[in-house]
Amino acid sequence: MTKPTYRGGTPKIIALGAEAALIKHTFLGMPAVYKVRLPKPYRDPKLDLRLRSERTATEAKIIHDLRLAGLPVPALYYVSLSEGLIVMEYVEGDLLRDLINRRVSGYVDLVRELGKVIALMHGLGVVHGDITTSNVVVREGTPYVIDFGLAKYSNELEDVGVDVHLFIRAVESTHYDVMEEVIIAFFEGYASIAGEERVKEIKEKVREIRLRGRYVEERRQKRNK
Amino acid sequence: MIILGIESTAHTFGVGIVKDEPEYILADVRAKYVPEKGGIHPREASLYFMREAPRVIAEALQSAGLSMNDVDGIAVALGPGMGPCLRVGATVARALSVYFNKPLIPVNHAVAHIEIGKLITGARDPLIVYLSGGNTIIAAFVAGRYRIFGETLDMPLGNFMDTFVREVGLAPPYVVKGMHQLDKCAEESKEKKILNLPYVVKGQDVSFSGLLTAALRLVRSGKAKLEDVCYTVREIAYSAIIEVSERGLAHTGKKEVLLVGGVAASSVLRSKFEAMAALRGVDVKVVPPKYAGDNGVMIAWTGLLAFKHGITVEPERAYVRQRWKLDQADVPWGDP
Repeated sequence: MTKPTYRGGTPKIIALGAEAALIKHTFLGMPAVYKVRLPKPYRDPKLDLRLRSERTATEAKIIHDLRLAGLPVPALYYVSLSEGLIVMEYVEGDLLRDLINRRVSGYVDLVRELGKVIALMHGLGVVHGDITTSNVVVREGTPYVIDFGLAKYSNELEDVGVDVHLFIRAVESTHYDVMEEVIIAFFEGYASIAGEERVKEIKEKVREIRLRGRYVEERRQKRNK
Repeated sequence: MIILGIESTAHTFGVGIVKDEPEYILADVRAKYVPEKGGIHPREASLYFMREAPRVIAEALQSAGLSMNDVDGIAVALGPGMGPCLRVGATVARALSVYFNKPLIPVNHAVAHIEIGKLITGARDPLIVYLSGGNTIIAAFVAGRYRIFGETLDMPLGNFMDTFVREVGLAPPYVVKGMHQLDKCAEESKEKKILNLPYVVKGQDVSFSGLLTAALRLVRSGKAKLEDVCYTVREIAYSAIIEVSERGLAHTGKKEVLLVGGVAASSVLRSKFEAMAALRGVDVKVVPPKYAGDNGVMIAWTGLLAFKHGITVEPERAYVRQRWKLDQADVPWGDP
C-alpha cells in the first residue's frame, strides 16, 4: 500500500454519479473521498430520504466489514446518515475500464485478480450490485473495488448470480471486442478461490437469469428442446 | 425513394409510407385492437389484423395519393413481438413484395421506435430509454448496434402498470385521455403516503415482479387505501426507471436522453425525467404521443434507412422472430 500523502488542497468534485456526488478532499490530513447522496428532485421526498439513509448505512457497514477482512476496498473514515455522507480513503490509480481500453499489458491478469477479489467478497456474504470495470481502480497492481452504493449482504445464489451477470453484461457493452478473454479470466480468478464446482453453479444461475430477460433468443430454443 | 412499412407486433396493425426527403411522412394509417377485457389475446388480435389489413393498406396508399407502382420497397417488422400478430404483417408484406416485385426489408421493431424518435425529435446520439408494454430497455448506440446498458429482469414497465391496475379493478381501459389508470389513481392520493413496498434496482437493471406481488397483497389485505398504494407503486416504479437512466448517463457520458415507446407518453414520468436531466445538464427528448405508440411510419422510416444500406431479405426467408432483441439487430446507419 502507498503511504498516505499528507497534503491539503481544495475540494474537487471527481464525479457526479447517478447515485451520489464524489468529492476529493482530505480528512485529518489524509486524501479522502466524500460521498454524498444528494436529494433527488424527481423522487418523492419521503421515498428519497428512505433510500438515501438506508443506502448510506449499508454501504458504510459493508466497506468497513470488507476492509477488516483484508479485501482491497477503500478504508472507512466517517459516516453521517442524516446527511447521506460517507468519508473514505481515496484510492489513487487507473480505472480498470481505461486499462482494458488502452490494452495495457497484463490487463487480463488484472481481471483475473478481480475475479479473486469478487470471489472472496461473495464468500464473505456480500454482493456488490454494480460490478463494472469503471468501479475498479488499479493501484500498484491491485484491483480495488469501489462504489458499494448498491451492495448488500446476501448469500443467496440468486444474488451472486445477478452480481456476476451484471459484470458480464457490463463487459459485453463496454469491452465487446475483448469480452471473451476478459470473462474467461474473471472466472479463472473466481474459481481459484471458490472452486470449479461453485463457478459451475454460478454460471448455470447466470444463464437462468439471462433467460428471464425479455425476448431472449435462447429462451425459445430452450422451450423447443 | 418511397418505402411502405407494416407494423403488426402487438395491438396495432399500422401502415406507414415515407420518403427520403421532407416532409418524410406521407401516410400513417392504423387499426388498433382493443380487448373488451383482460390483456391482448394474440390470436384475437391476429384475427382482427387479418380483417383490417386490406383496408389499412388501401387507405394508406390513398391518403398518400400513391399506387403500389410508386413504392420502392416494402418494410416489415419481423420482431420482437407476439407470434400470431407478427405473422399477419409478415404474410401481407411477403405477398405484396412478391406480387408487385418490390424488395422486402426486415425491420426490428425496437430499432424502429428509436429511429422514428430520432427523426422527429432531432436527437443525434442519445441515451435511449425505451418503455412500452413489452419492453423496458436503456440503450445507446455503440459500434454498429444499439447496445443494452440496462433492462428489466422480469416484467416490462408497461406490462407491470397494466397488470397492477387490471388486478385491482381499475382497467381496462388502461389509458384514459392520454393518462394511465395508475397515474390517475396515484393523483387521488391526498397524503402522498409512501408505504413500505420494495424498491429494486440491481446495477443498471430494474425488477418489478416483487413490487407487483407486494402491492397486490397490500391492496387485498385492506390495510392501505388503494390510492396510497397507487401513489407508492408509481413513485417507486418511475424512480427506479429514472435512477437506472441516470446511471446509464453517468456510464455512457451521453448528453441527451430520448424517451421512446408507448409508456413515454406519461406526463408525470416525463416531468420526472426533466427534473433528472436538469440536474445533469442534459436534454430530454420525448417522442410525441402520436409516434410513441406502435405505428407503420416507424417501420417504413427504419426500412428506408436499412434499404439505403443494402439491407433486404428474400420473401421465402423472411421469418418472424418473436425474440429478436434490440442488440441483435445491425444498425449500419447509426453513427452519429
